Amino acid sequence: MIEFLQQLINGLSQGAIYALIALGYTMVFGVLRFINFAHGDIYMLGAFAGFYTAPKLLALTGGGPSYAGAALVLVVAMALCAVAGVLIERVCYRPLRAQPRLTVLIAAIGVSLFLENGGQFFFGADPQAFPEIIADSAIELPASWGGFSALTVTVGQVIVIGSAIVLLAGLRAVVMHTRTGMAMRALSLNPLAASLMGVNTDAVISFTFGIGSALAGAAGILTSIQQPSIDPLMGINAGLKAFVAAVLGGIGNIPGAALGGVIIGILEALVVGYVNPTYRDPLVFVVLILVLLVKPSGLLGKPEREKV
Amino acid sequence: MRGPKVLLLIALLVCAGASGFAGAINPYYYDILISIGINILLAVSLNLVTGYTGQFSLGHAGFMAVGAYFSAWVTLTCGQALGGSPPSATGLFLLALIGGGFAAAAAGLVVGVPSLRLRGDYLAIVTLGFSEIIKGVIQNAEPLGAQRGLGGMVQHTNFFWTYAFVALAIYGILTLVHSTYGSGFLAVRDDEIAAESMGINTTKYKVLAFVIGAFMAGIAGGLYAHFKQFIHPEGFNFLKSVDIVVMVILGGMGSTAGVCLAAVILTILPEFLRTVSDYTWLPAPVRELAENRMILYSLLLIVLMLTRPQGLFGKVDLRRKKP
Repeated sequence: MIEFLQQLINGLSQGAIYALIALGYTMVFGVLRFINFAHGDIYMLGAFAGFYTAPKLLALTGGGPSYAGAALVLVVAMALCAVAGVLIERVCYRPLRAQPRLTVLIAAIGVSLFLENGGQFFFGADPQAFPEIIADSAIELPASWGGFSALTVTVGQVIVIGSAIVLLAGLRAVVMHTRTGMAMRALSLNPLAASLMGVNTDAVISFTFGIGSALAGAAGILTSIQQPSIDPLMGINAGLKAFVAAVLGGIGNIPGAALGGVIIGILEALVVGYVNPTYRDPLVFVVLILVLLVKPSGLLGKPEREKV
Repeated sequence: MRGPKVLLLIALLVCAGASGFAGAINPYYYDILISIGINILLAVSLNLVTGYTGQFSLGHAGFMAVGAYFSAWVTLTCGQALGGSPPSATGLFLLALIGGGFAAAAAGLVVGVPSLRLRGDYLAIVTLGFSEIIKGVIQNAEPLGAQRGLGGMVQHTNFFWTYAFVALAIYGILTLVHSTYGSGFLAVRDDEIAAESMGINTTKYKVLAFVIGAFMAGIAGGLYAHFKQFIHPEGFNFLKSVDIVVMVILGGMGSTAGVCLAAVILTILPEFLRTVSDYTWLPAPVRELAENRMILYSLLLIVLMLTRPQGLFGKVDLRRKKP
């Protein structure tokens, strides 16, 4: 029982990361009906943005690992990733908006390959140690909890889950309660009607890419707190799993992406804990194929009819 | 005999004639020549799936792996039983190649059937997933060498067999696509809904494209296994699939001639880029960049999509119109 709960906690903190990345996939799909293949690599860029800026930012806040310093690193990485996401959309995707979807898809694969291989070229192909921005240690659980005090919960896990919840709440506030959020929802419902109602389509799409990329950048930093080894190809696997999470939750559906991320994270932890760690990576493809066969619209998505 | 058949016969005769000179070629160039042939086979077969039928696949290397491992396993296990006499060894090699093709075709059927419900982006990821699963199975299969790779095959692949299969594949695909029956492939690509309402069984055509494409990729895999004499699961990874996709896109989807030319260019290009580091008059960053083929490929994909999405040789009228 304790072991099961332990796997749930481990899965939840990994699932929070997938959920943050999955949101970017789902939001971009919502407004553009297109899967941004390069999204996983933005997450990698976030980790490297933290890697290069953290020493300087930590020096600003007193030198050692601290919460203020970590928050600063998180914000800077999110901002840099937002800029990267907006730039990629502006340069590579916007000129292709009128083209067949296959063309955009190939361009997105090109961007993804460029970020991966360019990353290996500029950052170096070997894994690097992410600087310690928060002292990650196990939290002492009170003995009054009885058997539950045997659980291991780390500071990093609490921070990851907590930050993910805060970011999700922030995203929900933006999407549901701001004019831009309303424009995003309108765009995903019907792009033509939205633009006729005076929505500045280009601006909203840029904004969507910016927000989605910022969340992926945050995921990159949060991952690096728990697993401080980063490399330029780390985005491939995380991106694929987050994509599966988005499809599982129903692509285009924001709460669905969060739910899918958590489910994938927990499933993965259970497979690693109880079955065989080597099945960890193939597992997500099996989940993907099952979802697409049984319920292609995902858990929370609505089936979309194709109109002629 | 009609025109294409005559051309096929001539091509086969030229292959047979040219293979007589194969011994005189520098081994390095010979290696490149065979690699070109195998890559043409891969690119042409993917072109049937992606270029003619419009089903974007990111898992072609997986089918190649199935063919390579199956044929290598056949020749390794049956080779000693039959003894090493040349005629029977060549016969066994051909049987193994065809068997590898059928094994890959079966894999293509397995991939094709569930992916019928998907299109575009989803299909790309599912095919990628399937090829990762195939790789995962091989990595855990002890009789196939698992993580260590599989070696010890006799080098049966030569100039004649490589280019004979290339000629057969090109002939097969061109006659298929240009036949009345085969125009169904183009109809599925151009407008699936319209094709379906005209009574075309789009499901059947999509699966058929996958199966035929996988069959040819399997043959290419068998040729590769019996040329390099060593195969490893990592040799059939995502990047290999991307290599093949780049060939099809650069050549122009749905243009067999363009795709063949792109396969030739993209096989020679890395070899050429390898020599760029000798040109000391170039600035060092340029030389380093030239050695990193994948950066160039990715830039090529982006620039090509932005400026000429139909590929270098794709016919302009084959371009899909706005949805």
